[in-house]
Amino acid sequence: MQIASMLDFLSTTVGADWRLATPLIFAATGEAICERAGVLNIGVEGIMLIGAFSGFATSHATGDLALGFGAGMASGFLTALVFAVFAVTIKANQIVAGVAINLLGLGLTSFLFRTYFISTGRGVDIARPLNIPFLSDIPYLGPALFQQNLLVYATIPVVIAAWGVLFRTSYGLTIRAVGEHPKAVDVTGKSVALYRYSAVLIGGVLGGLGGAFLTLAHANQFVENITSGRGFIALSIVVFARWSPIGVFFVSLLFGLFYALQLQLQADPNVRVPYQALQALPYLTTIVALMLVRNRWDAPSMLGIPYWKA
Amino acid sequence: MSVPSAPILQMENISKRFGRVAANAAASIEVGEGEIFALVGENGAGKSVLMSILCGVLRPDAGRILFKGQPLKLGSPLEATRHRIGMVHQHFMLAPNLTVAENYLLGQGSPLRLLWRTTDVAGRIAELSRRYGLEVRPDAFVRDLSVGERQRVEILRILFQGAELIVLDEPTAVLTPGETDRLLKLLRELARDRKTVIFISHKLDEVMRVSDRVSVMRDGRVVFSASTRDTNPRELARQMVGRDVPTDLPARAASPGEVVFSVENLHCRNDLGLPAVRGVSFVIRQGEIIGVAGVSGNGQSELARALAGLIPATEGTIRLNGEEISGLSSHAINRRPIAHIPEDCAANGVVPQLPLTENAILQRYDRAPFATLGLLNVRAIESHTQALVEKFHVRTDGIHAPIQSLSGGNQQKFVVARELARHPDFLIVNQLTRGIDIGASELVMQAILEQRNLNKAILLISTELEELFALCDRILVMYDGRLVGELPPDRGRLEELGLLMTGEAIEARRLREAVPGAVSGDATQ
Amino acid sequence: MSDIPIRSSLDPALRLLSRAGLAALAPIAAVLFALGVSALLLQLNGFHAADVVNVMVLGAVSDKRSIAEVLLKATPLILIGVGLCIAFRCSIWNIGAEGQLYAGASAATACGVNFGALPAWLHIVLILVAGSVAGAAWGALAGLLRVYFRASEVVTTIMLNYIAIILTSYLVTGPLKDPAASYPQSAKLARDLWLPRFLPPTRLHVGILIALAAAVAAYVFLFRSSAGYAVRVVGLNPSAAAYAGINVARNVLLAIAISGGLAGLAGAIEIAGVNYRLYQDISPGYGFEGIAVALLANNNPLAAVASGVLFAVLRSGSELMQISAQVPQVLVFVIQGLCILSVAAFTAFRRRGPQPAG
Repeated sequence: MQIASMLDFLSTTVGADWRLATPLIFAATGEAICERAGVLNIGVEGIMLIGAFSGFATSHATGDLALGFGAGMASGFLTALVFAVFAVTIKANQIVAGVAINLLGLGLTSFLFRTYFISTGRGVDIARPLNIPFLSDIPYLGPALFQQNLLVYATIPVVIAAWGVLFRTSYGLTIRAVGEHPKAVDVTGKSVALYRYSAVLIGGVLGGLGGAFLTLAHANQFVENITSGRGFIALSIVVFARWSPIGVFFVSLLFGLFYALQLQLQADPNVRVPYQALQALPYLTTIVALMLVRNRWDAPSMLGIPYWKA
Repeated sequence: MSVPSAPILQMENISKRFGRVAANAAASIEVGEGEIFALVGENGAGKSVLMSILCGVLRPDAGRILFKGQPLKLGSPLEATRHRIGMVHQHFMLAPNLTVAENYLLGQGSPLRLLWRTTDVAGRIAELSRRYGLEVRPDAFVRDLSVGERQRVEILRILFQGAELIVLDEPTAVLTPGETDRLLKLLRELARDRKTVIFISHKLDEVMRVSDRVSVMRDGRVVFSASTRDTNPRELARQMVGRDVPTDLPARAASPGEVVFSVENLHCRNDLGLPAVRGVSFVIRQGEIIGVAGVSGNGQSELARALAGLIPATEGTIRLNGEEISGLSSHAINRRPIAHIPEDCAANGVVPQLPLTENAILQRYDRAPFATLGLLNVRAIESHTQALVEKFHVRTDGIHAPIQSLSGGNQQKFVVARELARHPDFLIVNQLTRGIDIGASELVMQAILEQRNLNKAILLISTELEELFALCDRILVMYDGRLVGELPPDRGRLEELGLLMTGEAIEARRLREAVPGAVSGDATQ
Repeated sequence: MSDIPIRSSLDPALRLLSRAGLAALAPIAAVLFALGVSALLLQLNGFHAADVVNVMVLGAVSDKRSIAEVLLKATPLILIGVGLCIAFRCSIWNIGAEGQLYAGASAATACGVNFGALPAWLHIVLILVAGSVAGAAWGALAGLLRVYFRASEVVTTIMLNYIAIILTSYLVTGPLKDPAASYPQSAKLARDLWLPRFLPPTRLHVGILIALAAAVAAYVFLFRSSAGYAVRVVGLNPSAAAYAGINVARNVLLAIAISGGLAGLAGAIEIAGVNYRLYQDISPGYGFEGIAVALLANNNPLAAVASGVLFAVLRSGSELMQISAQVPQVLVFVIQGLCILSVAAFTAFRRRGPQPAG
């Protein structure tokens, strides 16, 4: 029946939506914290890519998914550390440093992939996602919401924790002050640099996790440039969500919807739109989103501006 | 020169260099407990540096500090706070996106502490606020507070942290006369409570009103110290400058000539879209210097920028030499005989990284003699720059040096030179001498007077009343976007001026009418 | 109103010398650093670093043919680098040169496979103009978004990259597809539309001369013309620019349009001079490499020539490296990234602190 098939379509789409939004949620939450502290890290794309590759490589070598995710987070941490050194200590231009991280990410991951994996032929172990059905027997709602893997469910506690840290702890208070008026924090004797480092590193861990999700729970393999701009989309999600982790969750779901639609419509033979139009949807949406958020009054005042101790 | 019996603070022979410049050279002061101590000097004398050393922001190259008899070595502002020394900076250390209570909590306690409620802080804030009569709302966001309120928040924070020695850096610079009175009363209250207060100021009348002892700094040294009642402003001024300050300036020009510039019912908006100028009208004639007095933030910046064509007028007309210029772009206005010395020249009037040569042509970069057919005439630009530097004695390493290598005073001189070289019929000046040393101040003030003597018309917007009294033929007062009064430059009517500046126009009129034979001046024309 | 003085200046001659020395030293050190780290990376992954680097650097300039190949690769790099010098000097972070190149290449192809009736020389000029205009428009799009919607050009130009690449993919699988080919590509350009070569038997064509001319023109524009002066002032201090009567929005659009136009021209030249047809992946990342070119040249168009040649050497070398030593040529992205990081660090050291206030 018409309604049944439509509900089916909706259910699959919602399920795919949440799953496709997961890497965005992780990466954008991390970036929101980073930017709240005043550091603009456009290298998220590179960090996600490195996380994707590390997760894949580790999982392939050890057969252990958990280790793979761990490797994704660790590599994100290390890459963010490099960025932090340039952005916070050396006080180089943050946009330039971010571009460099992206190039490094692309180059390193492609180089290592071609060196170690292409020559071994295409016989790459496929990592299976974890399926933990809870209330998965509810018709339509079940497949949509309750048949996701652990990482997808984890987006909710992560987002809530991020919100809690930012707005309910002393640490989060200081992070928010550092992004607006670092001097006010400096005179209390706390180290602005240390707080910024911590924010950047949190962003890196979450970005790496988001990237690992792509290879370990979404595509089940690594392809070069697998992120295809998701890191940049995460940047605009942060703006659209006004630097709030809760907002990030919902805006990411919106973008996830476009990725989901792309998948659905590509598979549907009735749709005669050229596949490129669907491919372009997330990028077009990002531009439209930026047009809608006309003013950036909510941006942390010191975003992108290095801090010099007097 | 009486010395306090048991000084709570002794700074002995403090020296501090920045490169080749000695900001402090063996400076020494003594402050008694429960005293209000004033540190005066002009810009560049070393007062801020000395106090920054006291508060742990800077470390001295030589000398020592004795606090309550014990030597003190401060490595950071936090250590100063622990020793109960607190400083209220000119630029407040308050994060605008947080509430007052949240700002107080910054830096306190472990980072993982959960903040569910800030009531315990709010309680202490209320108590202190009652004790000193400082109204502070703990749950207000700092960005919504006025400047006066923010200062109260800052002062209360110092007290909240238990300070016994309080340093204030130019506290009245941003306050109206009424708010200044409240502050000075507060300082006396603090002294009565056995707190020691040091305040930096260049406003001698305040110093005379409230301080117990005063020291004057010049060129990094303390050149004079006395009990306030044993000295007077004239002596303090002389010590500040090193010579007698001339109180007489050349006689005013004869009756002014033709109307050069007129403004009718001008309205314009500020950056936030709110009305900033609400129906201002006046005329300026040849040979006149008209001043606009008022506390910063009452529309003066917007007025200057609207007259120079930098922001659009939502209503009203502006005429230069009879021609209406209200709708013109700033590019078109630049081609007319009108010049503008902007507020904060270093930020708005020059491009810091570019050399003097490229700054000299800022408004005239696309026309003769500096450009032909779109290409710059390097030789013409260089000779022009050289002329500017020589005429105004701008101290620089050469005309190709980046302008940011010049001191503030020299940059200001350069901008004034550049603007006057355009031979304007009308000159808008916004803050002529703010933040520059006295030598440069005198030079630019002389230059303005010269222009007046050449029958030019000048509008001088300033927060420095002394500057207005010294230079202007008439002083208009701006409050809340309107012109609320007009006075001759008569120091005797300072109180009336203060009342007008704070919007107390009715009170001001009452004052004026109480004085027999008062001149009846009206708000417009 | 602090009375803390400005940092006092050194003896002027010494300062000039140190500045010039640092200006030349920094890029060289950056490249050496990048090569060094790459060598380490190679060694750690089982390649013989010394041999590889040898092949990469020396192999690229060993004979007339290889030098010609370097100059061929340098052409788009110089064009894009020069354009980015202008954009960066206006404080516009144009990360979209790649997309602008694709836009230019697409427009050039569309123009090239149509209008067959035109005389060849006019047709070639039209092809190049079409490419430039398309690139300029693609850049101006991001400029308009910034001016009217306050949208960060960093994100919008990157998004436009992806959209341009997708559009190109659509064109070569659809409207521009060569019906004779099974692989998605456009029809080949007629022989007389190919850019003339001037160094037989190499493939070197006049594109390199166009690139050099563009570099000189950009230098004159930036530093000797009123319009370029305005662009620089907008980039350094927008409020001083407004005060000077300079229209900030117009100059932002101008700068990004010029930058996009040069990238589009690079795309057109790649079509008319090297590939003679359009297909997917026509650019191996020239748009991003151009960022490294401009930064290494300290945003000076004349220095961008040397910088462009340098990166062309590295790229040529990386191809040789893949052929002779099976080292994946994507290593060159790592080198680019490291170069940018080094230059960024040197620039930060040179500034040494926030701009002193008046």
